[in-house]
Amino acid sequence: MSNVKVITTPLTDEVIETLRAGDRVLITGWVYTARDAAHKRMLEDYEKTGNLPFDIKGQVIYYVGPTPAKPGQVIGSAGPTTAYRMDKYTPKLLELGLKGTIGKGWRGPEVKEALKKYKAVYFAAYGGTAALLSKHITKVEMVAYEDLGPEAIRKLYFQDFPVIVANDIYGGDVFEEGQKKYRKLVI
Amino acid sequence: MREIHFDEIVEKVKNLVMDAEYKLPQDFIQAIKVSVNKEESDIGREILQEILKNAEVAEKEQVAYCQDTGYPVFFVEVGQDVRVVGGSLKDAINEGVRRATKEGYLRASLAYDPLFDRKNTGDNTPALIYFDIVEGDKIKIKFAAKGGGSENQSKQAMLKPADGLEGVKKFVLQTIANAGPNACPPFTVGVGIGGTFDYSAVLAKKALFRPIGERHPDPRIAALEEELLNLANQLGVGPLGFGGTTTAVDVKIEIAPCHIASLPVAVNIQCHAARHKEIEI
Repeated sequence: MSNVKVITTPLTDEVIETLRAGDRVLITGWVYTARDAAHKRMLEDYEKTGNLPFDIKGQVIYYVGPTPAKPGQVIGSAGPTTAYRMDKYTPKLLELGLKGTIGKGWRGPEVKEALKKYKAVYFAAYGGTAALLSKHITKVEMVAYEDLGPEAIRKLYFQDFPVIVANDIYGGDVFEEGQKKYRKLVI
Repeated sequence: MREIHFDEIVEKVKNLVMDAEYKLPQDFIQAIKVSVNKEESDIGREILQEILKNAEVAEKEQVAYCQDTGYPVFFVEVGQDVRVVGGSLKDAINEGVRRATKEGYLRASLAYDPLFDRKNTGDNTPALIYFDIVEGDKIKIKFAAKGGGSENQSKQAMLKPADGLEGVKKFVLQTIANAGPNACPPFTVGVGIGGTFDYSAVLAKKALFRPIGERHPDPRIAALEEELLNLANQLGVGPLGFGGTTTAVDVKIEIAPCHIASLPVAVNIQCHAARHKEIEI
């Protein structure tokens, strides 16, 4: 593991080029939330109108459906959801200018190819550590699809939100590389 | 016949659900503490420590351990000498879930219909409830908040009797390896062997309630549990799939008689948000 890199959103190609699978990164700035239902609707809306509910260029999507905020909280528990469920929609969003996604777990081959093609990165956050991760979120705004409840698109302000580069533009995969070192049994 | 009022069940189920969402079971926490010292990978040890820290914060601040507050699953044992008054037991459990969701700030995580508009039910009902009638005049309520990420990686197979023990081992280990980083390891692995197609999966889920380290009473099954746990930790998956030697903290197997033509096996993967708790009323 290399040193911690500090980046701010929106992301540029120059920043993307410096990121390698396994890098620890702290993200500061606005990101957008979207998970299954929001992705489906976003892409359906795009098909119909040619527009997305927010300008996606250079942006980062965090795959999360938070719990409701308790009084005194900005947001409830807010850890990443499994990323591969969004694989069907991700290449199109990357083509439209999305530069980063944050989730947990493996991405499929189409997404890994699209990351290389459109210069973007998939970050992994620590799944299930939702009470800790929410402390790095300092502002929340509703953006679209409020009727989807926890699946609505929100804007979150990250303050040093900790992630690891899982898939980079060079074909690196942190899970595959990490597991190879400790795999004594192949099934 | 002993009577228990609807309202008492509602209140106790509400508290049961909220407690389980905020506080992981002590046996699981202990298993993670032991794993921190054994884990070979640096990032693996760091993640296990983050898991402990997350558990501490969730308990102290009384917030959900994970944002996926899960599908509410209940196993309810109803004593045949007890009667619920003031409403039905099923309605009381659902009302408890509804109140826990609202008062406990839990995420609404159920889609009413799975295929069409997938509209959120808004209050985590209807809960999935398995009832059993037992002797006595008490009601035992076991609750698990089952997260979608690990449930999605669970699998069932109808093996052939000829596949035998080796076939079962291979299927369990393949399921664990494939679940990998998607299902938030370290896992607790529930395995159901025997029964029918559907019952094997129920057994796998039931197995998750047994305390970590408590072995099956049949010494052959107990040995299989230990062997599978040992092999699972050689797969290299590691904490959150970043690579390491702690892929599972336990493998728990439940068995049942089966048809002479069948060898059903189900593997229910439980993530590190191992939220379950039981009460007796």
